[in-house]
Amino acid sequence: MNADISALRPDLAVIADNVAPGSRVLDVGCGDGTLMAALRDTKHCDARGMELVPANVGACVAKGLSVIQGDADTDLAFYPDKSVDYAILSQTLQTTMYPGMVLDELLRIGHQAFVSFPNFAHWRGRLSLLWNGRMPVTRLLPEAWHETPNIHHLSVNDFRALLKERNINVEGCWFLSGDTRCSPAAANFRAEHAIFLLSRPI
Amino acid sequence: MATAQIHDESEVLELDEPLPLDGGQSLSGVRIAYEAHGKLNAAKDNAILICHALTGDQYVVSNHPKTGKPGWWARMVGPGKPIDTNKFHVICANVIGSCMGSTGPASLAPDGEPWAMRFPVITIRDMVRGHVALLDSLGIEQLHAVVGGSMGGMQALSLAANFPERSRAFLVLASTARHSAQNIAFHEVGRQAIMADPEWQEGNYYHADEGRGPEKGLSVARMAAHITYLSEEGLTAKFGRRLQDREQKTFGFDADFQIESYLRYQGLSFTGRFDANSYLYITRAMDYFDLAEEHGGRLANAFCQSKARFCLVSFDSDWLYPTSDSRNVVKALNAAGLPVSFVELSAPFGHDSFLLEVPALDHVVEGFLNQ
Repeated sequence: MNADISALRPDLAVIADNVAPGSRVLDVGCGDGTLMAALRDTKHCDARGMELVPANVGACVAKGLSVIQGDADTDLAFYPDKSVDYAILSQTLQTTMYPGMVLDELLRIGHQAFVSFPNFAHWRGRLSLLWNGRMPVTRLLPEAWHETPNIHHLSVNDFRALLKERNINVEGCWFLSGDTRCSPAAANFRAEHAIFLLSRPI
Repeated sequence: MATAQIHDESEVLELDEPLPLDGGQSLSGVRIAYEAHGKLNAAKDNAILICHALTGDQYVVSNHPKTGKPGWWARMVGPGKPIDTNKFHVICANVIGSCMGSTGPASLAPDGEPWAMRFPVITIRDMVRGHVALLDSLGIEQLHAVVGGSMGGMQALSLAANFPERSRAFLVLASTARHSAQNIAFHEVGRQAIMADPEWQEGNYYHADEGRGPEKGLSVARMAAHITYLSEEGLTAKFGRRLQDREQKTFGFDADFQIESYLRYQGLSFTGRFDANSYLYITRAMDYFDLAEEHGGRLANAFCQSKARFCLVSFDSDWLYPTSDSRNVVKALNAAGLPVSFVELSAPFGHDSFLLEVPALDHVVEGFLNQ
């Protein structure tokens, strides 16, 4: 059965829409392979994946995808330089031990990198923290502080600052509030999700 | 010895041409015993080659002719099973050097006497040459997949490296691209146990009276090896320190503990179905296996001609060929740019997990082969 871009989670749909057809892709933290399958079936991409959870790897293999069980923090080192057109890290950066290093690795392996993450400075989170004085538990961040896999919380502006510091170019950026796009201007306040397409200056 | 009806479905191919060997010699009159299940389609492109482990054989599905027990992978291979014989033509051949119908040290040399220790030392690649000769004679140019666990995985990797056009996919379970010092060490214990048995007689025991030969040595070799196939967790769960059919320790050297009794049984029953010299030759072949060494010291080079898909599986309780061995192969395949999947599955049974009830394995095997 062929996968369909319109059925994807909104941030994955943005990535899938903007991947060039026929390109080589590495999806880091690929989960059950939904994005990879969509890229293979609709964009004819050569998609490879890395995933931490064995059951997810099994699900990917059953979809005919090539996925290696591994950890973004330690196992990206084994991929050759510039071996894919795009390295993709969706909703995973905030769970890594060394986000800066992971970013460097993505841009070493890929000519470009898609990175998507939840914006912790979204107004709902700010309000929740302000009024309740407790770490926000929202639709976007449904787990309590002690249960969440997120260990490096960041905002859109934090991410932009890191890119500047690391001399990384922004080739494109998209912001989502729920399922709808919102403008880059007020993104740090209004966006729930951010998606960046990055490259390293040559 | 079981008394079940002997039911031998295997066929034997006799090679017309001598088989060239890594040791520099060539072996003429080679016989390869094999079993096949499921229908080969008209295009001859639905064949899967299963490679067996050290003491395995071609009886992957049908009952073993000597023990009467079900085939060694009957749970995995058959109609509707993960390796589905309704879809695939499944071939399993006894490796050369073994003793279940393929040419080995117990076979007769051209002078009419058993080869015994005159049999040339063989390698994993030599076994694979035998498999490829079989495929040639069956008219199968390209396999759908090669599947192997343990030494079978070594054959699969060797086939991928040396005959890259012969299969579209390789599934390698609980295996390695090279034998480690620890692997060699355990095999050496086994070989020394066999050779220290006076009944071994420098390998010339085939004319001995009925039932003789280095049974004690082979039994000890099997006991030592069997430990390496299990895990401490599995042994503790299955046996713990429980005593065997007794309330108290005997203050003697009987098999007081259940684990002792179990190992003695494993050792003894093995001697009824396996040739001691074959055990020497096959363990040697495994010890010599180092796929990177064959390819200029760089494992990725072994796969640079390949266009196949790969899937590797390791088990968290396997300390014989641990996950790091599989990851090593995965790294090399990645460096060669090949599509590769890898997963470490959780199972309590140690190295033997690939032969036992691990539902997650079935899922991966079926998923990978049905592409």
